[in-house]
Amino acid sequence: MATYLLRRLLIAIPSLLGISLILFTVLAMAPGDPFSEMATNPNVPPEVREALRASFGLNDPIMVRYLRWLSAMVQGDWGFSFASRINVDTLILQRVPTTLFVVGTSQILALCIALPVGIYAATRPYSVFDQIANTLAFVGFSLPTFFTGLLLILLFSIKLDWFPFVYRSDIAASGWRWYWEMFRQAIMPITVLGLFQAASYTRYVRSAVLDVIRLDYVTTARAKGLGEKTVTLRHITRNALIPVVTLVALQMPAVFGGAIVTEQIFRIPGIGSLLIDAILANDTPVIMAVTFVFACLVVLFNLIADLLYGWLDPRISFG
Amino acid sequence: MDEHKLRELVAGVKDGAVSRRAFIQRLAAVGITAPIASQILAWNDVAMAQASLAYKPTKAGGGGPLKILLWQAPTLLNPHFASGTKDQIAGRIFFEPLAGWDKEGNLTPQLAAEVPTRANGGLSEDGKVVTWKLKQGVKWHDGKPFTADDVVFTWEYAADPATAAYTTGSYTNIKVEKVDDHTVKVIFKEATPFWADPFVGVVGQILPKHHFGEYKGAKSREAPANLKPVGTGPYKFADFKPGDILTGTRNEDYHVKNQPHFDTIEVKGGGDAVSAARAVLQTGEFDYAWNLQVEDEVLKRMETGGRGKISAVPSGDIEFIILNTTDPWTEVDGERSSIKTKHPTLSDPKVRQAFNLLIDRDSIQKFIYGRGGTATASFVNEPKQFRSQKLKYEFNVDKANKILDDAGYKRGADGIREKDGKKLKYVYQTSINAPRQKTQAIIKQACQKAGIDLELKSVTASVFFSSDVANPDTYTKLYVDIEMYTTTQPQPDPERFLNQFTSWEIANKENKWLGRNVSRYSDPAADEAYKAAQKELDPAKRAALLIKVDEIFCEANVILPLLSRTRVAASVTNLMHDHSGWDVDTWNVAAWYRS
Repeated sequence: MATYLLRRLLIAIPSLLGISLILFTVLAMAPGDPFSEMATNPNVPPEVREALRASFGLNDPIMVRYLRWLSAMVQGDWGFSFASRINVDTLILQRVPTTLFVVGTSQILALCIALPVGIYAATRPYSVFDQIANTLAFVGFSLPTFFTGLLLILLFSIKLDWFPFVYRSDIAASGWRWYWEMFRQAIMPITVLGLFQAASYTRYVRSAVLDVIRLDYVTTARAKGLGEKTVTLRHITRNALIPVVTLVALQMPAVFGGAIVTEQIFRIPGIGSLLIDAILANDTPVIMAVTFVFACLVVLFNLIADLLYGWLDPRISFG
Repeated sequence: MDEHKLRELVAGVKDGAVSRRAFIQRLAAVGITAPIASQILAWNDVAMAQASLAYKPTKAGGGGPLKILLWQAPTLLNPHFASGTKDQIAGRIFFEPLAGWDKEGNLTPQLAAEVPTRANGGLSEDGKVVTWKLKQGVKWHDGKPFTADDVVFTWEYAADPATAAYTTGSYTNIKVEKVDDHTVKVIFKEATPFWADPFVGVVGQILPKHHFGEYKGAKSREAPANLKPVGTGPYKFADFKPGDILTGTRNEDYHVKNQPHFDTIEVKGGGDAVSAARAVLQTGEFDYAWNLQVEDEVLKRMETGGRGKISAVPSGDIEFIILNTTDPWTEVDGERSSIKTKHPTLSDPKVRQAFNLLIDRDSIQKFIYGRGGTATASFVNEPKQFRSQKLKYEFNVDKANKILDDAGYKRGADGIREKDGKKLKYVYQTSINAPRQKTQAIIKQACQKAGIDLELKSVTASVFFSSDVANPDTYTKLYVDIEMYTTTQPQPDPERFLNQFTSWEIANKENKWLGRNVSRYSDPAADEAYKAAQKELDPAKRAALLIKVDEIFCEANVILPLLSRTRVAASVTNLMHDHSGWDVDTWNVAAWYRS
């Protein structure tokens, strides 16, 4: 197990290096530059623009810039944002809690819906419940989050005036009032993200359970005279969850990405909106850092998924 | 407007026969912006008018929170690094310049005790020295007194090229001397008619020497005060998350009596213009939203709820079209649209004239921009004294057809006109932005009726407005026949703005397309008038010269102005605010209040 982990981690290093090199090159060659706002400003003489480019190292060859970035990164220096001139790691750390809160809660919500609905639907295939659940799940993941987000805003913020649609990271309140405000503003984005995820998880849980339900050991358990409830929970669900857990782990990085749109609609100051702002401002160090973090997440969650798989199903060995 | 008439008007204001407002409006009618108008008056010793917003509250504080929503979030707070309006708006809450510009273009003292005039000895006869008297008893947020040293330091800071301040253009060619603790002298190398640039408005915010002194030049990025500003402004810094939210609390020692009204201020960023308007006009979650580049129809629908209102103030921003007189499709010495080439058809003044007649400016204003702009034929529109009265626009398809017929452009089998095998087919580019694409469509339709074929092209704004040398789609490269965008006139005085009509500013390969003259068109008469205006101290003569530069380009139909843009903001009904097209929206945030 330990050697397997070590081997996987060692393999991760060259792949991350490769990813970072590709990201860096693509970004360096992408059109646009961080000083575009200056171009239309007659107060900024061309010399200043040139001096800034030089001091930010934009005129050096891409390889030199990449190696400089890499060596700084290895020493824990993530560079600074061209737009706000503060350190990139500070910027990212400011955003992480909000993203984790919104994405994390929406994942929990999604699982809370998907597990019971999926299992119940699978144990009664083609029943009315199953068909309704299937249809709703289908509708759910066909509707993009930017659409459902706007729909909720129009309904709950503008028509009914129940919830605010601008998410604020600092709420001028304390104690219970703070929790209440935090909850109120998070309801809509969490619902949007949670329902979207729930829809696809439901279908997955349903088919995973259906696969297991026909296996011999389930029949054996039933033949032993165990109650339906025990069979479903102890025997079916536990085994069906193995692929589901893997799926959830592998989905995590994608969820961070999927939250980008939702974050933009509700003005949630998370990682996703940071990435969008940075892209619009051509703020290369921030784009680089955020996308690299995403890449690391993908590698990390792949590893976690593999480990979980082995742990849940002892037949898989790490030899 | 000729010089003689201007003089008469100025005399009228002096005698009291003409009101300031009337004067400024008269000048506006001829294309002179309000700030320029008021500079003309100041030069002639007519005192500046007082701030236009009547402030009602009788004590400071008690107004609760003020919530401002910017759909582009502020990312830094040092006003001298501010690359965009969003940062300038945020910085101005904490820092102040010596004087700001109100919406009529009047110079309004902020940290200065008074506006310099010739009468009070503030302006020297030779036009080279401006003496500013500073307000006494002003304290920085940390309690230290504000003095002339801070003003001198701000000049040293911004002028140092290593600091890489975005405001540096206003400080490099001057000298600033301290006379006493509350007086500074700004010395220009040459007679400078537009002296109200350093220490004024957006570029003029004064930094505390005791916080930035060690961080001048190359160390400028490291100053802790870049992110935790200590200024003299109406609100003190509380918290800042770049790209997200900025908060401040009332400055109890603010130097204006009974101000500010609000106890806290909050600037939230992010999202888009439409939903920002919605958060103010429909839900009232926020008190104020800026820069609403949204179709007026949409705004009007949101306003019907009665929760909020729209206000639009004139600015010097101009939406305009450039007709390329050089050939964008032939490469000479590694450069397209080189001045060594001539456009096969657009170099013909008749074609350009016909094209201008095909722009239905009134419809564009009515159906697309609404309160967001006013149709115009002049490049400079504000302050009014710099607007040309001579320039007129017309939409007339028949006339355009006749001109093209007479010039020998015959319709081919496909309905497109041609002459000597050269077809009137053009690529017309602009940035991606809903009103612009609609404008393109309106013009394309009219052109079809006159046998001109337009291929519409739209480039994403972050590429179009970048100075990326490697990209062929930037607006400064102009590698197409026709392009359209808005250019911002940062100061009320259009001198620096009009340098885009001079021959030495032509964007080309040598200057990496950083030159400001994107049209590449030049005329010795315009160069001459521009140079003369730079030295002309008499405001009337100077305005006339600058108007001439404008007219040369517009009459040649190389520059086709469309709309003089207004700055549109939304606010909740009971918020009394005062935003200006010549300064940032928060220039006078101390005087905002809730009625």
